[in-house]
Amino acid sequence: MKKIFLLPLSVVIFYTTSCISQENPPVIETPDQSQYTTETIVEGIDIPWGMDFISENEILVTEKKGILYRVINGVKNEVSGLPEIYVRGQGGLLDIALHPDFKSNNIIYFTAAINVEGDEGGNTSLYKATLKGNSLEEVKLLYKALPNTKKGQHYGSRIVFDGQGHLFFGIGDRGNRDVNPQNLGIDGGKIYRLNLDGSIPVDNPFVNQEGAIAAVYSYGHRNPQGMTMHPKKGELWENEHGPKGGDEINIIEKGKNYGWPVITYGINYSGTPITDKRAMPNMEQPIYYWVPSIAPSGMAFSTSGVYKKWKGDLFVGSLKFKYLEHLILKRGKVVKREKILVDIGRLRNVKEGPDGYLYIGVDGKGILKVIKK
Amino acid sequence: MKLILITFCALLLMQFSWLQQNKPLEQSISDGAEIYQDFCLQCHLDTGEGVSGVFPPLANSDYLLNNIDLSIKGIKYGLSGPIVVNDEEYDGVMANQGLDNEEIADVMNYILNSWGNKSNDIITIERIAQVTE
Repeated sequence: MKKIFLLPLSVVIFYTTSCISQENPPVIETPDQSQYTTETIVEGIDIPWGMDFISENEILVTEKKGILYRVINGVKNEVSGLPEIYVRGQGGLLDIALHPDFKSNNIIYFTAAINVEGDEGGNTSLYKATLKGNSLEEVKLLYKALPNTKKGQHYGSRIVFDGQGHLFFGIGDRGNRDVNPQNLGIDGGKIYRLNLDGSIPVDNPFVNQEGAIAAVYSYGHRNPQGMTMHPKKGELWENEHGPKGGDEINIIEKGKNYGWPVITYGINYSGTPITDKRAMPNMEQPIYYWVPSIAPSGMAFSTSGVYKKWKGDLFVGSLKFKYLEHLILKRGKVVKREKILVDIGRLRNVKEGPDGYLYIGVDGKGILKVIKK
Repeated sequence: MKLILITFCALLLMQFSWLQQNKPLEQSISDGAEIYQDFCLQCHLDTGEGVSGVFPPLANSDYLLNNIDLSIKGIKYGLSGPIVVNDEEYDGVMANQGLDNEEIADVMNYILNSWGNKSNDIITIERIAQVTE
């Protein structure tokens, strides 16, 4: 009698555990690693959170603990004039991006955790400044998320331009998942859209909704750490850290709800469920979700053709498994995944440089150029 | 008489401020558990086991249990470069999390008394303050 009960029970247990541990297809492949190598461009940065290119030989790099470098031919020059940065948990100096017309106006944007209110804690902000040599001038706060909190998690935030006079940036749920992401009146768990001068576009989705934050473009996000424009389709692509087994790639559309924490493919770090719902009406599905979670950070398409067979493909850093993930897409679906630069280190950021090569930010190392032999 | 009263009051005040600074161990451990959830769990996991070769374990960790002040220093100022934990080498970066001395004392008391770890040392705020870069 006992055995009869035990057998189906063990089958069920086996089935459920294998479901949890099974990798979401396509299963990642590891090609021959001898065809890849790197060249060190900048050395000695603990957490190179963000970067952008002034030219092939000149890069702006943020170090999370609150340093901005202007790197010229590999030599780091510290840039002065940053506001006071709130360094706690995952927060600090975050992303940096050159204004689309930087060559004529020298304007840069950066995101950082700050506290300008004088209470406890901090939250994500977006700044604009003019770069003059090695100093920032006309530093202007464009957006500051509220409320401040001492929570260590989920500050966001990549900065992306759409080529039509807007910039996007993301703010994570700030460790308050049951309050922030689904409430349009509170910051956190959102992607924001502003005009380049910091003003709010008149056609933002929630400008006429009472109580909603007018800068919000999409909501229901956990922690966006990678964002880029699709080079051909003009879509805004984003990746975000989910809970265990719930990291996602999304295409961000105006006014849409991406579901966190009402729907998710992930579970709590402790293994307990968050919800049994993976889909709901009026909530967007990711185009891909990672099981197991890779902790995606940074996101870039290879557009240049300098790498054989990589043109049009997507690249995402894995903080957790220390490699660069190469994703091949067909008709909006991930059809193949590969590990590039296995064990390179915690991969924080990936961008395509003006020379068409991919550049990666690696914790404890700095900025490396990806070379395919 | 006045002097005795003043002394008494001063002593009372001193004791009060000491109590304020260093709460009972159980309280410190439970406050530390909250800090752990917030700042440490993502890498070291809720079992304290870490990830072999990537994030060093805290559970039964020889590095932690034999180098308490060095561990405090790692939390307070960040830790990078190669270390050996339970005969395995780790060469990563743990960023300074921006915790204050009380929070570091709490989280130390939590990790020193969790997952089978046992320590006779009760970590005080004063001890955290004494650890320098």
